[in-house]
Amino acid sequence: MSGKIRVLVGKPGLDGHDRGAKVIARAYRDAGMEVIYTGLHRTPEELARMAVEEDVDVVALSILSGAHGTLIPRFIDCFKKEKATQDLDVLILAGGIIPEEDIPALKEAGVDEVFGPGTSTETIVEFTRSHLKRPVA
Amino acid sequence: MGDIAAKGAHELFQGIVQGSRPHLSRAISHVENGARGAAELLSHAYKARKGALITGITGSPGVGKSTLVDGIVRELRKAGHTVGVLAVDPSSPFTGGAILGDRVRMGQGHALDEGVFFRSLATRGHLGGLSRHTGDVIALLDAFGFDHIVVETVGAGQSEVDIMRYAHTVVVVLAPGLGDDMQAIKAGILEIGDIFCVNKADLPGAERTRRDIEMMLDMKEPAGWRPPVTQAIAVNGQGLPELVSEIFRHQSYLVASDTLKEKNRWSYKAVLEEYLRLLTVGKVLELASRDGGLDAALDDLMQGKAGPMEVALKLLQKYWA
Repeated sequence: MSGKIRVLVGKPGLDGHDRGAKVIARAYRDAGMEVIYTGLHRTPEELARMAVEEDVDVVALSILSGAHGTLIPRFIDCFKKEKATQDLDVLILAGGIIPEEDIPALKEAGVDEVFGPGTSTETIVEFTRSHLKRPVA
Repeated sequence: MGDIAAKGAHELFQGIVQGSRPHLSRAISHVENGARGAAELLSHAYKARKGALITGITGSPGVGKSTLVDGIVRELRKAGHTVGVLAVDPSSPFTGGAILGDRVRMGQGHALDEGVFFRSLATRGHLGGLSRHTGDVIALLDAFGFDHIVVETVGAGQSEVDIMRYAHTVVVVLAPGLGDDMQAIKAGILEIGDIFCVNKADLPGAERTRRDIEMMLDMKEPAGWRPPVTQAIAVNGQGLPELVSEIFRHQSYLVASDTLKEKNRWSYKAVLEEYLRLLTVGKVLELASRDGGLDAALDDLMQGKAGPMEVALKLLQKYWA
């Protein structure tokens, strides 16, 4: 019996474009992972609750609205609060339209990697597999 | 494989009893993955069960199960009950991966409600419409203390009827336009409904679907509970209060007629059977594929040297001592 890597693919905020999120979800699925898709327009609080209840190993947030600087750090704060720990053992990824100069601040806030447009799904899946922060249960 | 040492299992269980969400969700993962220590964790959980009422929601893909579950949760919360939800979606037979999309329909209303817990499960190759550990996960939710547990099956075809083993009340969801009265008298999923709900009742043909089901029910010998046929438009909440009051009515009937105990016994039997299969068939397959015994047995079958029953007996004798 073996565990499965579980991934929450989330769409925070007022952003109605989820083709990218669905392509990523599909790529993770084809890599044998269990993907929980949140649907559109989720608040950081809701995403944090979902990530806890689904006990995911990875959270991948897709955001194209430009609000990443607010929503993603807020998600990480909520997630720590929900998990009652400062020391998250969950890999946190962001993707979408995120300018280069915003990336350091996101990493400072706790994002492990940011993937921009044109990144291949293989790259994302490989990165995810090799950077898990805990052994799969 | 994960490893929760004896202390870990105890700690997880303590967390569950104290109402910690992260502990509950971690415990579910350990049980799903068959981690070491899961057996001990489950022993604690089964002993601590509080007797939640369990409702199963099943029906074909696309009839609106997830949207209906969202509405049922809303009504149960209005009535002051806490709710644990398990939503099962299929795993890919090729990669073992899955997309669990039942959360998409979950309204904002109770996404942050402390009285609701939602978990998506993948079937991981298990047939029958549920995941192998559904019974165990129900026990964990029950030990946590939810008043109601709602289990949504995968989009079911005609014979995914496992849910009847685990739920006190089975709601079979239908939508108009998916078949005539011939479909309605076939064996399988339509036999297991304690309640029927014709969803998307604003579409043409809803009344016809309702009548087909009523006719099917008319043909059965009247005995005890006559399943009601309700109608709903889940997207706008229409018909949900009626559906939930039928669920309550059925559960009162189970208590009054003393069939609740019988049902519980039956569902323990399902859990027990699952473990017996895992410990026997699972063990034989694992051992036989490790040392080539399984390949040799398949060669014998391919070359017509022996029949399947004979080969299976040999495997059992060799690996099951």
